[in-house]
Amino acid sequence: MADLNIKVGKLQLKNPVMTASGTFGYGTEYSDFMDISRIGGIIVKGTTLRDRQGNPYPRMAETPSGMLNAVGLQNKGVEYFINHIYPTLKDIDTNILVNLSGSTIEDYIEAAEMLNSLDKIPGIELNISCPNVKEGGMAFGTSCLSAAQVVKAVRRVYEKDLMVKLSPNVTDIVEIALAVEAEGADSVSLINTLLGMAINAETRKPYLSTITGGLSGPAVKPVALRMVWQVANAVKIPVIGMGGIMNTADAIEFILAGASAIQIGTANFIDPTITEKVIEGIDDYLNRHGYNSIHDIIGAMEI
Amino acid sequence: MLLIHNTIDLMKKFMLDLIVKKNEPLNNQYSLLVLTSPDKLPEMLPGQFAEVRVDNSPSTFLRRPISINYVDYEANELWLLIQIVGEGTRKMCELKIGEVVNLIFPLGNSFTLPENKDAKLLLVGGGVGIAPMLFWGSYLKERGYKCNFVLGGRSKDNLLQLCEFEKFGNVFTTTEDGTHGEKGFVTQHSLLLGTNFDYIYTCGPTPMMKAVAAYAGNTGAICEVSLENTMACGFGTCLCCVTDTTEGHVCVCTQGPVFNITKLKWQI
Repeated sequence: MADLNIKVGKLQLKNPVMTASGTFGYGTEYSDFMDISRIGGIIVKGTTLRDRQGNPYPRMAETPSGMLNAVGLQNKGVEYFINHIYPTLKDIDTNILVNLSGSTIEDYIEAAEMLNSLDKIPGIELNISCPNVKEGGMAFGTSCLSAAQVVKAVRRVYEKDLMVKLSPNVTDIVEIALAVEAEGADSVSLINTLLGMAINAETRKPYLSTITGGLSGPAVKPVALRMVWQVANAVKIPVIGMGGIMNTADAIEFILAGASAIQIGTANFIDPTITEKVIEGIDDYLNRHGYNSIHDIIGAMEI
Repeated sequence: MLLIHNTIDLMKKFMLDLIVKKNEPLNNQYSLLVLTSPDKLPEMLPGQFAEVRVDNSPSTFLRRPISINYVDYEANELWLLIQIVGEGTRKMCELKIGEVVNLIFPLGNSFTLPENKDAKLLLVGGGVGIAPMLFWGSYLKERGYKCNFVLGGRSKDNLLQLCEFEKFGNVFTTTEDGTHGEKGFVTQHSLLLGTNFDYIYTCGPTPMMKAVAAYAGNTGAICEVSLENTMACGFGTCLCCVTDTTEGHVCVCTQGPVFNITKLKWQI
């Protein structure tokens, strides 16, 4: 058994495998398939200050080696989360983080203050990168100034771990990462989905009600890996890598590129037990290559 | 009214490798995939579906949601009626006896069982939408209900499993070209003119289900429809398969696929 424990920002993870927001519900949806407390961290569905109905159907299109989604942050709001969902999660023995999104800085602040009071939520993932909502979301994450402003404002009211999820839909993701690091982010997670679209040639109509949507799955992996490598080489805070991880080898690639932990997203839809397979796979990889600890391979790509 | 829906949340979901026992082409568009397992199959309810993983098809990324067509617990068989729509379903129709197929099931809710065994029941299916009606018909017959099936298709080649349906109730058919049963759409069948049904259950193309729902609305029948929205996960986490209801957007995979039409915001 290799040592898979890792500290990421203020979080102490039992292993570097987390689940990506929007792909793992509130965790309990997966309880029939596996013991979810084995996972290093669970990031629950994107939450906003007030409830959101999300975008109209259709919201999903399968594309080569991936899928587009345009869910649009459907959720019942932070108060509902605190009163109805948090009680069902608080005794699960893993790190449960809330992915927090907003349309205005005031929304982010108000929701972050409410989440700060939850004992068993050790951190939030600040979503400044959702491509599927008209206002807010990605708008904050695509300029250094607005990204810095929202992180600064939330940092002031949120004391626990502040992970900031970055958008790949920018010219230079490194400068955004540096901007949020400067304002006190504990870590950065990347990448959120890549903005894309698909058209049905026969009907001449877009597949998504919103025309454009976020691309995820193996199709985005090379782009994600490149961005993780660039950011990890530039920032001092830990990087959490994600984008199309389908198996252990994919996860190892992200860690070698400099990620201290990884998130599995779309793969959960196809194999609801993929997280435990990757946890076991990373242990097996470390043993096979004679490493004692996950620390030994972070950023260990050999050039 | 007995609400089966309330018990669904308690049903455990499984991810299992099943074995192909039979894969019988019904015509050039449809195949009946019969799966079995060395272990006893879990209990399933009519209306529920399985998310089927499609292996060896590089262009098929996600699982395919397929309605449960029939379950023979004695023979330990799970039947899936597959319509070839794209590469994923084509691969499923090509599966050979003995090959392994990975399923996540049973998913979703079920139809509502009427309180009164003498209730007049109409089950309407069109195209691949007949699939859950067979399982539901068998379930009803087993519990002493009497079913009337109206099955529709473009032509007689599109009418499937008629012999199977006949085991569980009275079978009526319509075809658009008049090659089998009455000519026209399911909602034009003479049975619908002469009978007042208490419960109507339907699955098929959306225009057909809307016509059936309109008929039910006019006659005062309770009507449940089974939807087949595109989905990624099948168990309520991706939030892609939503339909608009009186309670807002809800997942078809967990709150459905069966809905009472009064809950749906359909323009009928």
